[in-house]
Amino acid sequence: MEDKIAIPQNGNQFDISALNLYYGNFHALKQIDMKIEKNKITALIGPSGCGKSTFLKTLNRMNDLVENVRIEGTIRMDGRDIYRDMDSIELRHRVGMVFQQPNPFPKSVYDNVAYGPRIHGIRRKHQLDEIVERSLRQAAIWDELKDRLHKSAMGLSGGQQQRLCIARTLAVEPDIILMDEPTSALDPISTSKIEDLALELKKNYTIIIVTHNMQQAVRVSDDTAFFLLGEVVEKGNTEKLFSLPSDSRTEDYITGRFG
Amino acid sequence: MNKNKEKSMFAKEYFWRSLMTAGGLFVILLTIVIGAFLVYKGSATFTVFGHSLWEFIGTAEWAPEDSMAGGGAVGSLIFLVGSLTTCLLALIIATPFSLGTAIFMTDISPKFGERFYRPVVEIFAGIPSVVYGWVGLTVLVPAIKTVFDRQVGHSVLAAGIVLAVMIFPTITSVSADAIRSVPQDCRMAAYGLGSTRWQAIYRVVIPAAKPGILSGVILGLARAFGEALAVAMVIGQTTALPTSIFSTTKTLTTEIAAQMGNAMEGGETKSALWSMALLLFLISLFFIFLIHHFSKQREYAAKQ
Repeated sequence: MEDKIAIPQNGNQFDISALNLYYGNFHALKQIDMKIEKNKITALIGPSGCGKSTFLKTLNRMNDLVENVRIEGTIRMDGRDIYRDMDSIELRHRVGMVFQQPNPFPKSVYDNVAYGPRIHGIRRKHQLDEIVERSLRQAAIWDELKDRLHKSAMGLSGGQQQRLCIARTLAVEPDIILMDEPTSALDPISTSKIEDLALELKKNYTIIIVTHNMQQAVRVSDDTAFFLLGEVVEKGNTEKLFSLPSDSRTEDYITGRFG
Repeated sequence: MNKNKEKSMFAKEYFWRSLMTAGGLFVILLTIVIGAFLVYKGSATFTVFGHSLWEFIGTAEWAPEDSMAGGGAVGSLIFLVGSLTTCLLALIIATPFSLGTAIFMTDISPKFGERFYRPVVEIFAGIPSVVYGWVGLTVLVPAIKTVFDRQVGHSVLAAGIVLAVMIFPTITSVSADAIRSVPQDCRMAAYGLGSTRWQAIYRVVIPAAKPGILSGVILGLARAFGEALAVAMVIGQTTALPTSIFSTTKTLTTEIAAQMGNAMEGGETKSALWSMALLLFLISLFFIFLIHHFSKQREYAAKQ
């Protein structure tokens, strides 16, 4: 894409400090401090129930929709506190999300992609056409779908649906894309397409991906954070974390001793 | 397992299966028989008394002879128009409230909705129609008379309002079920893209639930169409085409209910009433066809 600067901008996209999250009395995230860098792919790994998805959802405030959630600490995005200086609508405009199950709307391919721009006030047909084409191209699915733009998105395969969901997210022009186990419901071929796509997108976006699959973390991510029982045990360069983990619990997990 | 035991097990199986099958067949048979009976009774107007179909549904001169000789006029346009206007008015009044209620109890305040609102709506559905009619007659009719300064309060408007209250729970609960069955994932996707709650409801949830909501509306319409008692109490029962929502008139059901006891068996009046019953039957069949059409559309949308 031409309209974004392709040179990686350095610096931190997210600066999280002393983050605690409670579901009622359950302490789900414990004292998390983390910096997430721009234009990198950060993988969040850990066993089920360790809090990685919960953590991801604090970054676009999807947890606000859950009852009885209490959040302490601060999350700054480009210096602004996302819980105090922004409303959730503005935040989610800038922080897109791709979910575990492909979840296209029961509408046409076109209307799926155009949904975001439309709710943010873009009405002109030619402008929408342009955004739809650009987003589908970015998600590497334009060639497959260009002849069926006005057919229902529910008829696509799971892998196509997931890439359509990515295109739908891109259409809003976010800075950051959160991916919550985006390939766990997909076959290996679709998975590798999504992984290639993530690598392509990191030129322009900051990506944070939750994954159960450690090979996936190794293949796509620059940094990895290992979560266990609501804590971040270790976070750092992916290669280093997988070859020379500094914490014995990390080593136990990545060598498959538990989880 | 010994052989006897096995035999008795299968005997039970067959017994219950035949019972269920017989029950099912009986219901189907009953529907067909009622339909056939209505066709038989209702066609006499056209075959025995020689009226044209157009005279029956297209003209408004209602003066059947209550005798075997016939020779009167059977134009029942008045009743058809009366039924249509009251029901449409009821729909126009009830649908916005029903949709609002359905959205409130599913997406806006689901906890309160489940615990308090839903039972209230169900109680609404259980109140007998004579009660609605009576309350309408005692409260609504005088109110319309005073507020709009009319000579009488009995009117299409009064009937429409009473029917609206009666079909409100039907439309509400069917719509709420349809809205509730929109996958949570869809809502999450909408919020994830930065939708406000209203945008998520209006642009994603409602369109996804549309076939179900339409089924609810048609079900409500069918109920309104078939209601005789409550309508008869507030509509004024005059044989004239309504000219405004303040006119008094009659509907298909109220005329049948009012005349069937007096008319001579086999006479022209009775035959015309049977034809009206047949017309009602055909209209409800049409509504049911529509509901199936919409629910099929919903299945199609889910798969497609």
